[in-house]
Amino acid sequence: MTDDERTIYYSKAVNEALDDELARDDSVILIGEDIGCYGGSFGVTKGLYDKYGAERLWETPISENSFVGIAVGAAMMGLRPVVEIMFMDFLALALDQLLNSAGKLHYMYGGQVTVPMVLRTPGGAKGGYGPSHSQMLSNLLVGIPGIKVVAPSTPAQVKGILKAAIRDPNPVVVIENKRLYPQRGYVPAEDYVLALDKAVIAAAGQDITLISYSSMTPVCLAVKEALKPVGIDLEVLDLVSLQPLDKESIFASVRKTGRVIIVEEACLTGGVGAEVSALISEHCLDALEAPIMRVAAADMPIPSALALEKFVLPQAEDIVAAVKRIREY
Amino acid sequence: MNDLISSSDLLHMYQRMVSIRAFEETLSGLFSKGLLGGTSHFCIGQESCAVGVISAARESDWLVSNHRGHGHLLARGLDIARVMGELMGKLSGYCGGRGGSQHLCAMDRCFLGTNGITGGGIPIATGAALALKYRKSDNVAIAFFGDGASNQGTFHESLNMASLWKLPVLFVCENNLYGMSNPVSKSCASGTIAVRAPAYAMHGETHDGFDVELVHEVTSAALARVRAGQGPELLELITYRQCGHSKNDARVYRSREEEAHMAERDCLLLTAKSLRQRGVSQEDIDAAAEAARQDVAAAAEAALAAPAGGREHALDGLFA
Repeated sequence: MTDDERTIYYSKAVNEALDDELARDDSVILIGEDIGCYGGSFGVTKGLYDKYGAERLWETPISENSFVGIAVGAAMMGLRPVVEIMFMDFLALALDQLLNSAGKLHYMYGGQVTVPMVLRTPGGAKGGYGPSHSQMLSNLLVGIPGIKVVAPSTPAQVKGILKAAIRDPNPVVVIENKRLYPQRGYVPAEDYVLALDKAVIAAAGQDITLISYSSMTPVCLAVKEALKPVGIDLEVLDLVSLQPLDKESIFASVRKTGRVIIVEEACLTGGVGAEVSALISEHCLDALEAPIMRVAAADMPIPSALALEKFVLPQAEDIVAAVKRIREY
Repeated sequence: MNDLISSSDLLHMYQRMVSIRAFEETLSGLFSKGLLGGTSHFCIGQESCAVGVISAARESDWLVSNHRGHGHLLARGLDIARVMGELMGKLSGYCGGRGGSQHLCAMDRCFLGTNGITGGGIPIATGAALALKYRKSDNVAIAFFGDGASNQGTFHESLNMASLWKLPVLFVCENNLYGMSNPVSKSCASGTIAVRAPAYAMHGETHDGFDVELVHEVTSAALARVRAGQGPELLELITYRQCGHSKNDARVYRSREEEAHMAERDCLLLTAKSLRQRGVSQEDIDAAAEAARQDVAAAAEAALAAPAGGREHALDGLFA
């Protein structure tokens, strides 16, 4: 197969990861709404029902809290359930089982049980989905002890990360993204896994570090390209893992450039950007040549109208403006 | 009189019930001496439900309990000193003191845990049943919960999915007539819980939970059907907690007259009476009760003497 043929959609890369793991390990099962013949709301599980059948794909009624709890119970018994929550906003309906069961059981039961489950869910706005179908809720998840949270930004990344998450003995939330699903990239065909706790330098640079994840990483890369002709050399650090944060990679990049802008699709307050900012302040204050800046969604619900949505969500222009401010400091 | 249960079995069940009662009363004493932290939910009066159901299950059937779980733990035959140690926050406890009363698990005894979120264990038991079916096991999962939990979404969602997928799970509702202070008459529009089962195309029954022999018998029958693949069932047991909801409950929501009336249905009194009717001597009944009380007293002594954990036990072990 040529490299061209291996340039596939992010959604297809998720599908390949699920397919690989279903084939590799019979303890892997999928649980979620409309994941069967419909192929999932975003087509991610397309074809898997025909291949693996109802024994492996448990299509559920609309009962998020209980089917996440069912995944917890099945995981305690040694299965490796991969749950799909159709839109990240719906995670609110399942928060009890994630917070009070999945994240706590291994610790509070004194290590007697493991909960090797994965919860996949697309966060972020795609344009016009409105207040209940558009949020990036990473800020809620990173405050829950006992679950790992990853937010891969490329097709190759999501495949290797999801496969690693399925094989991990702990609960892992994989934040996918509706705007990333139709993006394409080269994805190796062979079996590979990626580290669940490592950030990657998406593009090296010397002047300013943009720290981002999920949908904002491609936006940051586009800004880097746009500013190259005017002689600004941006580094883009893609967090990949939000819990735990790869502190060493963050600090190394900050020490190199001395200027940091954190870019995320989640609300500004109390989230990943705030945490990264606090860590940099605690550990790298001496290396900073300007205040840490953040570009994030406004602390607002996301309006449906496209004309309004762009004012709430972070835009490339906002990053450019932050670059200008941080250079002029 | 029940033909399925021998007199010696019933005497053994009686002894278990007394040990649960003694366990709860011992905890009550430890609280008043300041030797226990937090809170605890006693099952005084409900012992017949735990012992009746669990004595009818296989040792390899998986149990999921709730915040009022001491009876289930002891009925499964867990080491009483280790249960007591867990409540005291000792390293000798089943979870090293991290879980306490409401989060106590014993995987080696097929006990998937007590659970501090009302209704939180119901989907977990359903998921365990999914795994049992997937692995073609003939073991069953049993979910214990109360009338209060039957108003949670997890009850309705889980019963629906369990029925759709014909999962091997027995839902056991111990209806003790109150969710904390709220009587069933004010919280449950259907009046009883089992009548909700047909809405999920499920068989449901309501029985007198004070009669341990009856509970054992109806559970045996239900488990046989569930084990045979006939789908999940809902078993509602009418019972009464003679104590408050938790340790600091003055029970202002019910009368002392009601309590005195219900105490006449005390499961220990009823079981002792049944034993006498079977010809078991009062001497043997008293000896069984005394042995149970001594076991609990010895367990409490052992737990008190055990060491508590340190910093490393608090800050380690979040991930596998």
